[in-house]
Amino acid sequence: MNSVILRVGTRYLAGLLLVFSFYMMLRGHNEPGGGFIGGLIGATGFVLYAIACGTEDARAALRVLPQTIAIWGLGIALLAGVFAAVFGDALFTGQWLFIGATDDDKGVPLSTVLVFDIGVYLVVFGSILTLVFAMEEEV
Amino acid sequence: MAGGFPTDVRGNGAIGVVPVLFSAALFVYFASLVPTIAAGDILRVSVPWVASLGIDFAVLVDGLSLTFALLISGIGTLVLLYSNTYLAGHPQYARFALFLTAFMVSMLGLVLADDLILLFVFWELTTLTSYMLIGFSHESEKSRRNALQALFVTGAGGVAFLAGLILLAAATGTTSISGFIAMEEDIRQHAMYLPILILLLAGTFTKSAQVPFHFWLPNAMAAPTPVSAFLHSATMVKAGVYVMARLHPAMAGTDVWLWTLTIFGAVTAVFASLLALRQTDLKQALAYTTLMALGTLTLFLGQESGYAMTAFGTFLIVHSLYKAALFLVVGCIDLSAGTRETDQLGGLGRLMPVTAFSAALAAFSMAGFPPFLGFIGKELKYAGALAVASEPLLVAGAVLLSNALMLAVAGVVAFRPFWRSSVPAGQSPREAPWQMWAGPLVLACLGALFGIYPDLLQVALINPMVVSLTGEISEAKELQLWAGFNIPLILSVATFVLGLLIYAGHVSLRARLASVFGGLPNLDTGWDRFLHGLKEFAKLQTRIVQNGKLSSYLFGTFLTIAAGILLTLVYTGMPTIAVDLSDVEWKHTSIAFLTIAGSLLVLATSSRIAAISALGVVGIGIAMIFIVFSAPDVAITQLLVETLVVVLVAVVMLRLPALPRAEFRPGHAVLSLAVGAAVTLTVVSVVSNPLDLRVTEYFEATSWPEAYGRNIVNVILVDFRALDTFGEIAVVVIAALSAYALLRTTRKGGPE
Repeated sequence: MNSVILRVGTRYLAGLLLVFSFYMMLRGHNEPGGGFIGGLIGATGFVLYAIACGTEDARAALRVLPQTIAIWGLGIALLAGVFAAVFGDALFTGQWLFIGATDDDKGVPLSTVLVFDIGVYLVVFGSILTLVFAMEEEV
Repeated sequence: MAGGFPTDVRGNGAIGVVPVLFSAALFVYFASLVPTIAAGDILRVSVPWVASLGIDFAVLVDGLSLTFALLISGIGTLVLLYSNTYLAGHPQYARFALFLTAFMVSMLGLVLADDLILLFVFWELTTLTSYMLIGFSHESEKSRRNALQALFVTGAGGVAFLAGLILLAAATGTTSISGFIAMEEDIRQHAMYLPILILLLAGTFTKSAQVPFHFWLPNAMAAPTPVSAFLHSATMVKAGVYVMARLHPAMAGTDVWLWTLTIFGAVTAVFASLLALRQTDLKQALAYTTLMALGTLTLFLGQESGYAMTAFGTFLIVHSLYKAALFLVVGCIDLSAGTRETDQLGGLGRLMPVTAFSAALAAFSMAGFPPFLGFIGKELKYAGALAVASEPLLVAGAVLLSNALMLAVAGVVAFRPFWRSSVPAGQSPREAPWQMWAGPLVLACLGALFGIYPDLLQVALINPMVVSLTGEISEAKELQLWAGFNIPLILSVATFVLGLLIYAGHVSLRARLASVFGGLPNLDTGWDRFLHGLKEFAKLQTRIVQNGKLSSYLFGTFLTIAAGILLTLVYTGMPTIAVDLSDVEWKHTSIAFLTIAGSLLVLATSSRIAAISALGVVGIGIAMIFIVFSAPDVAITQLLVETLVVVLVAVVMLRLPALPRAEFRPGHAVLSLAVGAAVTLTVVSVVSNPLDLRVTEYFEATSWPEAYGRNIVNVILVDFRALDTFGEIAVVVIAALSAYALLRTTRKGGPE
């Protein structure tokens, strides 16, 4: 699509969408959001970019092949699940670490659950872009 | 394989030697167990395997399994030694040695297993490895076809066998073989006895090539000769016989068992001996005599008397010894003279003295002349046949006829090529290297040795085997060369006379048999026709189901959905519709109108972009329903997916030609209304009943204290149901990659 306004606007919008998608993923455990929604928003950013500037530019901006991202996501999610087995729990049991926790404050919670959600994010993000890019180039 | 023996008889280096040593070590190990077993002990080793299902890696060494193990490892050693020269310098010898060794180990596992599931695993392993061996010459189409035939026939039997084993385990409550043999009475009285028996016999009959499943076995001759020697003598085909023998104490004794095994065994034995005489190819003739042996063994397993059991054990050993020896001899003849056709062979006796000697010993044993083990085996067969509970005369007659035919075949295979006076011109046969005559010689001499000293075999193997089969040492009958002047002896003499007569007239008899059997339906070509028909049916079905039209796929899918739901509703009774509409607010109504308006627009418009946008309106309407009923996560996802779908569909659709004038398709209209009605009825019936909220309450209660998350939807996704989510994202990746591959293969040119 040849529109200067869309192209210029997209440069900012796509970046904003990416940041927003990350925010949505991180807050997902307590507020509406999560890896799935985050991945969808992030993918929307790049789809917009592909429509405005063409898939070639979008691929260049992404640097990595989208299918590679999806497969890495799957691997990360699997690792997060297997991690529990190292501690003798059932597969995919969440493992938590509270940094700087006091009696009435939980500090900074880190967990394999978050890692798993990042994996979901990458899978959704990568899969959608794989499809959209291929379709845009195909037809 | 014409062209004489390999010039380099050193074989194939370490690849050739190591398997021989390996199987020799196994044989020595099993031989060292003989004194223990002969003393009446039984060895059991059991390691938990699938503990949650009560399946153990259990191994049982008793008289029956030890006899089989000795035959398998002993003949395996000789066959591997033989192959190392037979296939010397073969570029794929490593493959061959691997398959053959793997096959041998699977066979050993099969006969030693004391657990039904373990038994089945090894059973299937022998099917697979024998498939590899039969199809070893994979450049030949015939070889591939025959290997596939063996795989299909025995594999199909294997499925029935598995079903039988599962039923058996369910009926007895244990998978341990020695476990349910100990409680024998239960199985025969069990309501499932008949189905179990039929399924198990379907497995063993296909594996042991009983008529009418016999046709794959002669075709399996496509394998190199040493493989045939191994498969036909001690292993593969004996697997079915072994299983019948193993289950004999628990399953035998009923009329069904008695008659089924007697009839199938007798028919196979006689039919196969007649077919054997018809062959002119030495290897084919031997293949059919294997069928005869399998029939005879099955026949005896149908009985319960001590004579029948002793005859079974003796003939099992006799047959393994002479059959392996003769196959190996035929391999020598084949390499040496360049042909296996009886009419083109003669006078090899002086040129190949050692081979001729082994062949003669083995053939005497096969023909049942004294003082060979075959004679004792034959005497016992007659004694066993006369002790038969069902039809002694019929059985004895069948055994007599097949034995006489066997004698004639022995003459054709092992006498005529060596001692016929005329030597066909144009051949320069010579003696085989020692690695190739050692095997037949050892096996043939054992047949003679055990014939002269039957006590050796009696104490070491026959008695323990009969104990395994009947549980009583007293049931084991004595093996002796001279049992006095009795009916078996008279029958033996009759056999000799009849057999020699058949041998004398076998050339003209062969022609007559050919004309008789030519008129019978040929199961082998029937097999081809069956496979062809199957492929044609698959093609037809593909043409109907996968016709390449997207609209017909969608039609089929939705038709299935509508029919499934509506039929279920009719079957379970229509739900009572008790929907309370009192709390419907104006915002609900307006969302409903929005959605309906979007759907109608899709139907009415003839512009693609309008149709796509209208679909987006429907999606947004659904997202708003989620928002109204406070499910923000679902709503956000729905909105985002809807956005992306509109983009994706637009990308594709906008390149297509303009929509034709909207035409009315009554079939589609009826189907859409039916799907809508079915889904509506389902939803209504769900909300008409009180919801089961136990799971929801559990998640509400534990989400924060246990999973440290306030967003229950997300906690379910990444914690409570993380494994499900993982499966789903795996599906997402696979779907994306498949779609990508599909798009890439159809694409022409373009970037990258």
